[in-house]
Amino acid sequence: MAVQEFISPTSLSEAQLVVGDGAASSWLAGGTDLLVGIRLGARDPARVIDLKQIPELTAIEIDETSVRVGAAASAFDVLHNSDVPSLFPGLAEALNLIGSTQITGRCSAGGNLCNASPAADSIPALIANGAQCRILGPDGERTLAVEDFVVGPNQNALASGELLVELILPRPPAGTSDAYLRLTPRTEMDIAVAGAGVSITVDESGTCTAARVAIGAVAPTALLVEVAAQALVGSQLDQAAIDAAVAAVRAAATPISDKRGTAEYRTHVVGVLVSRAIANAQARIQEARS
Amino acid sequence: MNKPLNKMAVQAIINGESTAFLCSPGQVLAEVLRDELELIGTKIGCNTGDCGACSVLVDDRLVCSCLVLAAEVEGKSVQTVEGVANGGELHPVQQKLLEHGGLQCGICTPGVVIAAKALLEHNPDPTEEQARYWLAGNLCRCTGYDKIIRAVLDAAKTMRGEAA
Repeated sequence: MAVQEFISPTSLSEAQLVVGDGAASSWLAGGTDLLVGIRLGARDPARVIDLKQIPELTAIEIDETSVRVGAAASAFDVLHNSDVPSLFPGLAEALNLIGSTQITGRCSAGGNLCNASPAADSIPALIANGAQCRILGPDGERTLAVEDFVVGPNQNALASGELLVELILPRPPAGTSDAYLRLTPRTEMDIAVAGAGVSITVDESGTCTAARVAIGAVAPTALLVEVAAQALVGSQLDQAAIDAAVAAVRAAATPISDKRGTAEYRTHVVGVLVSRAIANAQARIQEARS
Repeated sequence: MNKPLNKMAVQAIINGESTAFLCSPGQVLAEVLRDELELIGTKIGCNTGDCGACSVLVDDRLVCSCLVLAAEVEGKSVQTVEGVANGGELHPVQQKLLEHGGLQCGICTPGVVIAAKALLEHNPDPTEEQARYWLAGNLCRCTGYDKIIRAVLDAAKTMRGEAA
C-alpha cells in the first residue's frame, strides 16, 4: 500500500468535504512525524490531506484576550512571531527544543500535540498556559483543554474525520510568566528524560496568585498537577511552597524505566525541573517589573 | 497494489528556473530531486529527518527534503546545492569549507552548505554557539564539526566584508 492521493484544500469546509468520515486519511501539517511514520510502516494512509493552504491552520492571531496559533503553524513561525515568544517565553523554549533547525522549520505545536508522545516538549508548555484545542468535526465544533486532548501514549482525542484547527491560549494577565525545562543527555536533538512547564502569576507584594504546573515524559501523557499549583498559590514562592510543589509532582509522576533513565531518576529529575522552572518564571516576572 | 499510482503534475521554481515534474502522491522531494530532476547533489542519508544530508530551502526555509512531499512544493521556490555557486564562482560557504578542510567523504557537505548559507542569510554574524546549534541537524561523521564551524564563521566574515 502507498499514498494514493495528495489533496491540498484551501478552506476548512473543503477539508471537511475531502476527509469525509476520515477513513484511510491522514492530515499533514509539518510532516515530521507523519512522513517518518509512513516510511517506517507505522502509518499507512491512502490519502494525505495537506493543511497548510488553509489560512486558519497557519495563522497566528493575537487580540486583547487570547493568542490563537493555527494547528499547522510551524514552530519557526511561532518563534519568529513578533509577540508570541515574549508573551510565552516558556512555550518558545519548548518549541525551540523540538529537533533540528530543519525540523523546527516544519513541525508545529498542533502536530506535536496530535502526535501525543509522552515526551513531547510543547505539551507541558501548552498545558501550563491553559491552552484550549478548537476541534472541527463532522458533527460540528468542540473545544477541549490540552490536558484532556492526549488520552494515552501516541493517542489523541480526535475522532475519525475530526481536525484540530487551532490552539487558543488566554493572554497572560499582568505579573504572569512561564518557563519550560527538560533534561536530555545532549543539549540538542534529543528526547526528554523529563520535562516541566510552569506558568505563574505573582502580584506586586510577591504573592503567587495563580499557577499551573505540567510535567512531561514521566507518565503515559503529560500531566497537569493541580496539587502542585495549589501549593504555590497564596505563598511567597518560599522554599516550603516550592518543596511542596516538588513533592506533588514527584507523587504524580508514574514514569517508566528505559534507556534514557530509570523511573526513580525521572521522578527525582522532574521535581528539580519544576523548582527551576518556577524560579525562571519568577525571574521573568521580576525582570518585566524592574 | 495493482492499481497504478496517480502521478501528479507539479510546477515549482527550482534553483531559479521554472520546472515541471511528475511525482507520486506519496513521493518525497529528495527522491524527486535526485531521480526525476537529476539533481543528485542532494544526498539521502537516514531518510527520516535525523541527518540533514538532504537539506534544501523551500521558500527560503531550511528543511529536510526527505520529510517534504514533492507535491507540497507546488508553486514554491526550491534551492538545492546545485543553485548555490554563481557559475564557476563558489559561494563563500563552499570556498571556506574547501580552505578549512571542512569535509572529507562529502556526503554531508551539500546539506551543510545549504544549512550554513541559510544561517548566514538569517544571522550574518552568528556566535560559535549559534552556528553549532543551527547546524546541529547536519550530522558529519568525518570532521568532528570543528573545521565546519570554523569555515562557516570565516565565511560569515567574508560575507560581512571583513578581512579574514
